[in-house]
Amino acid sequence: MKGSKAIIQSLADQGVDVVFGYPGGVLLPLYDEIYDSDLRHILVRHEQCAAHAADGFARASGKVGVCIGTSGPGATNLTTGIATAYMDSSPVVALAGQVATHLIGNDAFQEVDTLGITMPITKHSFQAMDPAEIPPMMKSAFYIASTGRPGPVVLDLPKDVQEAEFEYPETVEIELPGYRPTRKGNPRQIKRAADVIIKAKKPVILAGGGVIISGSSPELGKFSELIGAPVTTTLMGKGSFPEDHPLSLGMLGMHGRKVANFLIDDCDCLIAIGCRFSDRTTGDVTKFAPNAQIVHIDVDPAEIGKNVDVDLPLVGDAKTILVHLIKEIKNNRERTKKWVAHVKEFRSSCMPRLTFDDFPLKPQQVIKEISETVNDDTILTTDVGQNQMWMAHYFTSRIPRKFISSGGLGTMGFGFPAAMGAKVALPEEDVVAVCGDGGFLMVCQDLATVREYDIPVVVCVLDNRYLGMVAQWQKLFYEERISHTRLGEVPDFVKLAEAFGVNAYRAEKPGEVKETLNDAIKSGEPSLIDIIIDPHENLPMVPPGCGLTEMIGEYKVEREVPGEIPYREAAPEKRGD
Amino acid sequence: MSEQRSHIITAVVQHRPGVLQRVSGLFTRRGFNIDSITVGPSEKNGMARMTIISRGDEKVLEQITKQLNKIIEVIKVRDLDPQSTVLRELCLIKTHAPNEKSRSEIIQYANIFRGRIIDVSPYSLTIEITGTPDKIDALIDLLQSFGIQKIVRTGPTAISRGSKTI
Ligand SMILES: Cc1ncc(C[n+]2csc(CCOP(=O)(O)OP(=O)(O)O)c2C)c(N)n1
Ligand SMILES: [Mg+2]
Repeated sequence: MKGSKAIIQSLADQGVDVVFGYPGGVLLPLYDEIYDSDLRHILVRHEQCAAHAADGFARASGKVGVCIGTSGPGATNLTTGIATAYMDSSPVVALAGQVATHLIGNDAFQEVDTLGITMPITKHSFQAMDPAEIPPMMKSAFYIASTGRPGPVVLDLPKDVQEAEFEYPETVEIELPGYRPTRKGNPRQIKRAADVIIKAKKPVILAGGGVIISGSSPELGKFSELIGAPVTTTLMGKGSFPEDHPLSLGMLGMHGRKVANFLIDDCDCLIAIGCRFSDRTTGDVTKFAPNAQIVHIDVDPAEIGKNVDVDLPLVGDAKTILVHLIKEIKNNRERTKKWVAHVKEFRSSCMPRLTFDDFPLKPQQVIKEISETVNDDTILTTDVGQNQMWMAHYFTSRIPRKFISSGGLGTMGFGFPAAMGAKVALPEEDVVAVCGDGGFLMVCQDLATVREYDIPVVVCVLDNRYLGMVAQWQKLFYEERISHTRLGEVPDFVKLAEAFGVNAYRAEKPGEVKETLNDAIKSGEPSLIDIIIDPHENLPMVPPGCGLTEMIGEYKVEREVPGEIPYREAAPEKRGD
Repeated sequence: MSEQRSHIITAVVQHRPGVLQRVSGLFTRRGFNIDSITVGPSEKNGMARMTIISRGDEKVLEQITKQLNKIIEVIKVRDLDPQSTVLRELCLIKTHAPNEKSRSEIIQYANIFRGRIIDVSPYSLTIEITGTPDKIDALIDLLQSFGIQKIVRTGPTAISRGSKTI
């Protein structure tokens, strides 16, 4: 069998039926093999979109997403998507063409050191120097990408290795003696954590992307009810806990909800699950959860103690540990009764205001109309910037894997191709991408892909004609010196979409988002809605270097509750050691 | 935070292309200090052993160990206790030795330090010395006055005393 055919065979062995790719000289052998294989190949219009689509596919489905790019510029174009997947622990396998082995190191045409470039942004990488290495490397790549803390794996495939003949083995054996991805959690340590948790009077749970990856949302729900702890999430954890639940605090952090940021400050025990305490989540770490004993559950031991000092580390799979903890802990609701009552009261006192009948449209109102149009199973992706934070702050997510966003890398241009990948993974679900006008323009060429392959995603462009998030910082911290963040008047997004044969709508007044989005989803066609919004609305935020309670900007709430006082009655128990 | 000190980290890794790059890349990328790194085949087929000397407090060391362990080809990592570790470095020193007097002095010094003269030319001597980095530093200090022309050091490599293995 040829190396190129072995790649296809390996993909089939792994249950892969769709890939996102873009061909090139060194990939001719592989593409020739794809020609008469059953593999579904989606030709994107930029390799970055192939990587983001594979990532979106993975995040929506939990399966490994696969992207392909040629050597040199193809591989470098993939890197932004690979780094995005790396930062958010998404299982992606990237297949990169490489120049023939005898040319490697000679600065051959379209040669780039793909392994070297991707080393810091992959979980692992391989280079096949012999076709016999392809089956075990492919198998290892999928195994590594999808187990433990998931992440992207790159396979570098020189042209001559794709062409060489070999005997495909009956069974593919892999050997990874240094890789031990599954950990159950130390039972003694779990007991200790349970002891800490049942003593807490004011516990808060912080759920990160790890809860979603490990599929432990049901356990999280049980756990929260059992101990009487409200749940706040990171951006990556959004959807792990239903945000309309009375114990949901929504997202915390720089652009987080007031209720979350204040209760983190107040809590006496913080149970963090599958999160890495990024600076966007914690604000100034020295002021983070100052009164709390911190229990940290994570499958990656290196995350424990990396950014925040932890009192009780629990290394292992979140689901296994939560199941174990639930068994250990008897009902703790009596002890936390007062706290829960306070949480509910405080929460309803600072529900962010969504309803505005202004013209131009307020972003909050846009998010509200989107929320009212989609259903629980609709997959929402976001781009990066204000659009992302409007969604993160104001959109109510209820189910895991339905809110997809580039958290760690903050990659503009992610939202639309990720939506494309999600739709390919789950064609039955509606998929809506909420993008900024700047970010969407970075990847708009892939409107061609969704048209050609009939991938009916709906793109909502939050059109403020600004690089809004950067402009917000300029307004707040740089004396309103709007340096190069104004985008001007072009393009006309409706015409742009039409040029690609994509349905296009424009929404400008309250009610129109709901109407057009509804039409777009119903149409079953790839669509774009140009939503003209007020460019001057800013997000509430915690300035960099500040603690979470030092939020600035008016926090517009839905319902004013007079005389609301933060709950301080129970003296915080002494912090460990 | 606990104090900064030099740590001797030993790691068993799969002997494959790119492993050294992964390890050294990790140190630069995460801002870990690295004084030296040595690598060579181990007693096990296909496995190499690395010795890394790094400076940092306990917290940094913990991160280094954990991050190293995440590299797929890294099998085992240990921070060796300096008290129960034998540390050795090899150093070659070429020094100026223009006359009889300087030669015999240099040879005497080398003997005291259990070094060996491994090359002689009309105007220079080359000394090979193995030992702890301190000992090597001391010899280099002594030889400074003769005019050292070249120093080549391997960086320390280490093994734990007694029957312990990793
Ligand atoms: C690829 C990339 N380049 C630059 C940035 C920095 N950045 C973050 S948000 C932002 C503005 C985004 O503008 P837009 O897409 O219009 O979204 P808005 O904030 O207006 O909603 C920029 C430039 C980034 N995150 N990603
Ligand atoms: Mg914008």
